[in-house]
Amino acid sequence: MTSPLEQKIRITGPSIVTANRTFDGAVIYRNALQGWSTDLSEAAIVRTVAEARALLAESVADDIGAVGAYIAPVDINDGGNVKPGNLRELIRQRGVTIELPLSA
Amino acid sequence: MPLVKNGKIAADIFVHVPDGAELPGDGALLVSAARLLEDPEALLRRPGKLGVIWPNNRDVDDLVPFLDRLAAVALVFPTFRDGRAYSQARLLRERHGYDGELRATGQVLRDQFMFMLRAGFDALEARKQSDVEAFATTAKRYSVFYQPTGDGRLTALSRRLQQRHSESAGQ
Amino acid sequence: MYAYDELDRTLLNERVEEFRDQVKRRLSGELTEDEFKMLRLQNGVYLQLHAYMFRVAIPYGTLSSRQLRRLAHVARRYDRGYGHFTTRQNIQFNWIKLAELPDALAALAEVGIHSMQTSGNNTRNVTSDQWAGVAPGEIEDPRIWSELLRQYTTLHPEFSFLPRKFKFAITASAHDRAAIKVHDIGLRLHKNAQGETGFEVLVGGGLGRTPFIAKTIKPFVHGRDLLSYVEAILRVYNQYGRRDNIYKARIKILVHELGVEKFAAEVEEEWRAMGDSALTLDDAVIEEVRSRFSYPIYEKLPHMPEELKKAAHDPVFERWRRNSVFTHKVQGYAIVTLSLKPVGGPPGDATADQMDAIADLADKYSFGEIRVGHEQNLALPHVAKRDLPALFKALDRIGVATPNVNLISDIIACPGLDYCSLANARSIPIAQELTRRFANPETAELIGRLHINISGCINACGHHHVGHIGILGVEKNGEEFYQITIGGRADENAELGVLIGPAVPFGEVADVVEDIVEAYLALRERPDELFVDTVKRLGVEPFRERVYATR
Repeated sequence: MTSPLEQKIRITGPSIVTANRTFDGAVIYRNALQGWSTDLSEAAIVRTVAEARALLAESVADDIGAVGAYIAPVDINDGGNVKPGNLRELIRQRGVTIELPLSA
Repeated sequence: MPLVKNGKIAADIFVHVPDGAELPGDGALLVSAARLLEDPEALLRRPGKLGVIWPNNRDVDDLVPFLDRLAAVALVFPTFRDGRAYSQARLLRERHGYDGELRATGQVLRDQFMFMLRAGFDALEARKQSDVEAFATTAKRYSVFYQPTGDGRLTALSRRLQQRHSESAGQ
Repeated sequence: MYAYDELDRTLLNERVEEFRDQVKRRLSGELTEDEFKMLRLQNGVYLQLHAYMFRVAIPYGTLSSRQLRRLAHVARRYDRGYGHFTTRQNIQFNWIKLAELPDALAALAEVGIHSMQTSGNNTRNVTSDQWAGVAPGEIEDPRIWSELLRQYTTLHPEFSFLPRKFKFAITASAHDRAAIKVHDIGLRLHKNAQGETGFEVLVGGGLGRTPFIAKTIKPFVHGRDLLSYVEAILRVYNQYGRRDNIYKARIKILVHELGVEKFAAEVEEEWRAMGDSALTLDDAVIEEVRSRFSYPIYEKLPHMPEELKKAAHDPVFERWRRNSVFTHKVQGYAIVTLSLKPVGGPPGDATADQMDAIADLADKYSFGEIRVGHEQNLALPHVAKRDLPALFKALDRIGVATPNVNLISDIIACPGLDYCSLANARSIPIAQELTRRFANPETAELIGRLHINISGCINACGHHHVGHIGILGVEKNGEEFYQITIGGRADENAELGVLIGPAVPFGEVADVVEDIVEAYLALRERPDELFVDTVKRLGVEPFRERVYATR
């Protein structure tokens, strides 16, 4: 399997690095302080392949804290708010699109 | 590379001779399959132990004619996820009766030690020193085995049958 | 029900301790993710979109009430209060924390449940017919052989790192409810002319990117040779299966590339070379395993009890009985299917409360036993017919008595993009909408037996290729689109469905299915001609016309 760092990186607009937290699998976003946040608004934004590769490299290096880091697109609206850039990231941020079965 | 041999941390007596390099005068040597097959008689005639590194994508049938004169066979796990050498090991031990050193090389990690021992490996070239040090604990991890291999361990089914016989014999 | 003994339990506990140590080493950094990933997969732990997913094995789909209660406990204590039953008779939990998994595993091990080899490139759960042991006309209980295979394949030192995953299924009935033809090894139990038990061995079935129907490589392998013959197949696959491309690594590709004759010859050669094998099963060993399966002591009961006669006037009960209750091999008893496909609900899910309630009902009405089917429904296999009216009321109260078993709203769906990181599109909302469109039980009965299978990606965990109507999620320009196939079947006449036309967007899928159903109702020869038979008779064209006329 090619490492994420060797895979081709394509940037079509503002992007972030996201992963899952190792100990519990929660969705996390790489921030600008060499750390992770569960809040998308704190994600570091990259706009070029070079920036993306660098952010991904530091993310992947945190093998203890995070699993499966990759680059994902975001949309930034007029208000400067960061939103997920595709359905998959929307689901990862907001959770499943269906109601979870509730115990009676 | 740290080596576990017959359950203990051991010094590696074999020297790996790369293709093209001259063979040292004596001592235990490990050569590639290609080199062995080029001129097996010449190599086997030499004093000192000879071992071969056999690739995992080649039938062990080609090695069989030389087994009784080889001191070691090293099989390869290019990644730990590539399990072809387990089949090769069992065939060498169980079908062809090979009883020299059978060595696991490549990405050899502690979590596969048990499988390797059961498949017939008696020498493990481990990647990590910490894995070598954990060998004793790792080898004791499992006491129940479901399927027979050439390692002689009793399977669960055999143990149950034995228990039944002794129960009914005791009556 | 198979009773675990000291040895089985010891192995489970040893496995739990090994995994506990592996998790510890992962969280401390001693193991990298690259080294750990295959280890966690070998314990059924996937990473999905939001969390880890934990897949627990239910060997040949048989559970005791105690085990079901423990699954409910795991759902409550370590997850979000529910579990999902899968197309391979397993259960999945979607929100589990890696750090808590060893404790969850220990809780399961106490009742003889494990997650060994429910993922990874090894041999997976040996699935069987969810009516094994109780179906009329069954030749013998296939679960004995499933258990022999389960033990043989568990932590097999030679076959734990195969080129790719490997799935077995066994059937012992003429009508194949285990879908053996779409498994890597399918086994059809039958008897030879001497009355001895053996297996027709089929190899190379599978869905996914390149679906194949399995081919027979040996018409009869004697029961005593089952394990040695399987070892020969696995050894050939382990050595020669492709490892250069994960999309070409299943045994079905090897069989296809070598050709079935050559493949069968390779296996035969290896098997002959094995000679007198330690794996040959003598009668004592088979009896040993058989003796640890316990069967209910059935009462002598009348075919038509008073309770049933009295309840017959209740149309709601009668509709459920006609739909969800099946003939048992013992007079006076019945097999009851519990539908986990409520209208508007995600298919195959059960809450912890439902699991506990079902466990209680199993104790009261089914000798403490529950079954899991690959249609993602449950079953109570030993219900006295006189108890059916009382049972129905209880099942209805907990929401598992929707009378839609085998009907159009009994949908099989993978978790899809709501959960799964491999998915292109969502599958559960599609299923939910379809159950709403076809919620009317009379309409569903009118349509008759119709299996819809939905997969959110080409990995086909929803088995869409063999659905009467198959729906496959694909991605087009960032939008969810769906390819529709019709005419597939998973049984002894297994066939792959045929595409009816270009993919349609998310919002139109339910409309398309309605159009297909309308076409069927207009075209069928008689009311009892099944949808899938109408498709066979007329081909895809009339359906294609109807669906794409206005699209």
